[in-house]
Formats: sequence, structure tokens, C-alpha cells
Amino acid sequence: MAELKSGDDGTDGVRIDLISADRLESLRTMEKIRLILDGVHEGNVVILESGLAPEEESKLIEVTMSEISPDGFTGIEIETYPGGDSKAGIVGRLMGNSSDSKMTVIGPANQIETLHKDKDFISTLITRR
Amino acid sequence: MGLLTNLRQSISRVTGSLFSAQDPKRIGIYGPPNAGKTTLANRIAKDWTGETIGEESHIPHETRRARRKENVEITRDGKSVTIDIVDTPGVTTKVDYKDFLEHDIEEDDAVERSREATEGVAEAMHWLREDVDGVIYVLDSSTDPFTQVNTMLIGIIESQQLPVLILANKTDLDGSSVSRIGNAFPQHETIPLSALEGSNMDEVYEKIAQYFG
Repeated sequence: MAELKSGDDGTDGVRIDLISADRLESLRTMEKIRLILDGVHEGNVVILESGLAPEEESKLIEVTMSEISPDGFTGIEIETYPGGDSKAGIVGRLMGNSSDSKMTVIGPANQIETLHKDKDFISTLITRR
Repeated sequence: MGLLTNLRQSISRVTGSLFSAQDPKRIGIYGPPNAGKTTLANRIAKDWTGETIGEESHIPHETRRARRKENVEITRDGKSVTIDIVDTPGVTTKVDYKDFLEHDIEEDDAVERSREATEGVAEAMHWLREDVDGVIYVLDSSTDPFTQVNTMLIGIIESQQLPVLILANKTDLDGSSVSRIGNAFPQHETIPLSALEGSNMDEVYEKIAQYFG
């Protein structure tokens, strides 16, 4: 499913889509999920500047499960970590809508492997398949 | 952190006051695959009703449908709580049928098992958003708790303002570290236990009565 992408000069690699907080903010939940999953289905790694709200993460898991198929899409690998304003993040979480300052990396499960994660460091291996 | 704790307790009290005294509370047992959720659900059900809920297995995604045991009455220190236990499939963001082949499962069965597993995870998420009154979150204390699935699920549970009890299971295993789980989720109390051996269940029942009663 995941294909190598070719740049203008013919070189191959993994495409990375960085989506700004402003762009995300303008989208509704299912629009965000489709934006993410359509990219991941194509073998891209999607980086969200501001992440998703807990409710949206829940829906993302649910929709991802519905799209898994044998010998096809096997799901997503996702990693997030909060940004610097952790106080705002905690209050936001209590209010149920914290998606700010939570950079999120999402990719095809068969292409991304988390090597190490702790509270302020994530090391990820992205493979080309 | 004191303010945060007080705020959480206030939220829990408000949530608790919404429960009708006579209605059983639906308590979902959540966690990643192979954390020992069904072993715990069986332990609780057996201790208080004499019956079990489902089959336990070392193979991931053995539980592929949410299963309920209704009207489980737990009494501790004169305090009684009646709960419906909902044993849910382990939550993950990926399922590959090839992983089941490593457990000597035939390919056709593995494909079917993976299909059921994906439906089960989706069902578990739906239950969490719509249909549970509280959560027992089970973690294998011999593995790293600092995973994305755990972080996301605890965040989702908190956003739903559900009372949550975190259990550090499998303390009978070498490499078990209860403090590692406590450090990963310092905003919540962590209770150690071995559901398999039935150790520290008294404290677990005390906390269930306290959190969900």
C-alpha cells in the first residue's frame, strides 16, 4: 500500500505532511480524521502542529479500526507530546477540549516504529516499504 | 497539583451524585491488549457472584466483544456498591492478522480474528464515549506504561470526566514496577495487584467501593 514518493529530481523518499494549527482549527472532526487517514493510506507521515482533542482521538481510533483490512491497511502509529504550556494543557484536558500545544505524528503502522519515548523525547524510525 | 486534585475530586463528586442509588453503575474495564483485563473481570465476578465472564488467554485480542456481568454487588467496610462489569477488548491503533500467525493460528482464522478485533476495539471506544459510568484502567506492571494508547485513553477518560481507578496488574511477574505506572500517571492513584493470583484484591475492592460507590 505505501509507495515511495518521487521528488522533482526523481529521488525517492517518504512524504511528510505538516499541518498547521490554523488549518486544523478550521476543520470539523471528521474532516480532520479524513485528512489524516487519507494521507496515511497513501503512505505519508502526517504531523499535526496542534494535535487532536480527546474526543477526536477516540473517533480517530474508531474510524481507523473500520478501515483495517487483511494485506492492506494495518492501522496507524501515533505519537504525541504536549507543548510547553503544560498548565494550560491540564486545564484544557479537564474541560475536555485540549488539543492545543500537542504536536502529533501519525503514520502507517507498518512504516513507523517508535524506538523510544519519554515525557519530552520521542525517537521514531520511519521505513520505506 | 493540590488545586488540580481538589478539582478532580469535585468533578468525581458531581459525577457520582448523578448516579441513582439503586441503578448499577456500568464500570468499563479498559487497557491495552494482554494487560489482564479479562483475568481481573473474572476474578471480580467469581469473588462476588461465583461465575466468570470470559475466557482468558495469552494471545492478544482474545476478548473481541465487550462482555458484561450484571449486578455484581461489592461490599467493603459497610459500604456497598452494585456494578455491571463491562470487560472490553484491548485498545490499540493497529491490528495485523499476521501477528496472530505467530500463535499457531491458521491464516483464515487469523484473518477472521483480526476482523473481529478491529470491530471490538471500535466497540470499546464507543462504550467509552457513550455507555460507561466509570473506568477501571488495567496495566501490565511489567511493561512500559508510557505508550501512546495509554496516554490517549487516559486523556479520553479524563475528558469524559469519568471516575477512573488505575490498577497495576501482574505484580507476580519479574520486572513488575508499580512505581513506573505511578510516575506515568501521577494525577491518579495506582493500586497494585495480581489478578491471576488474587493478591491485594481487598484493597482493589475497597477502592472500587470508594471510587464508584
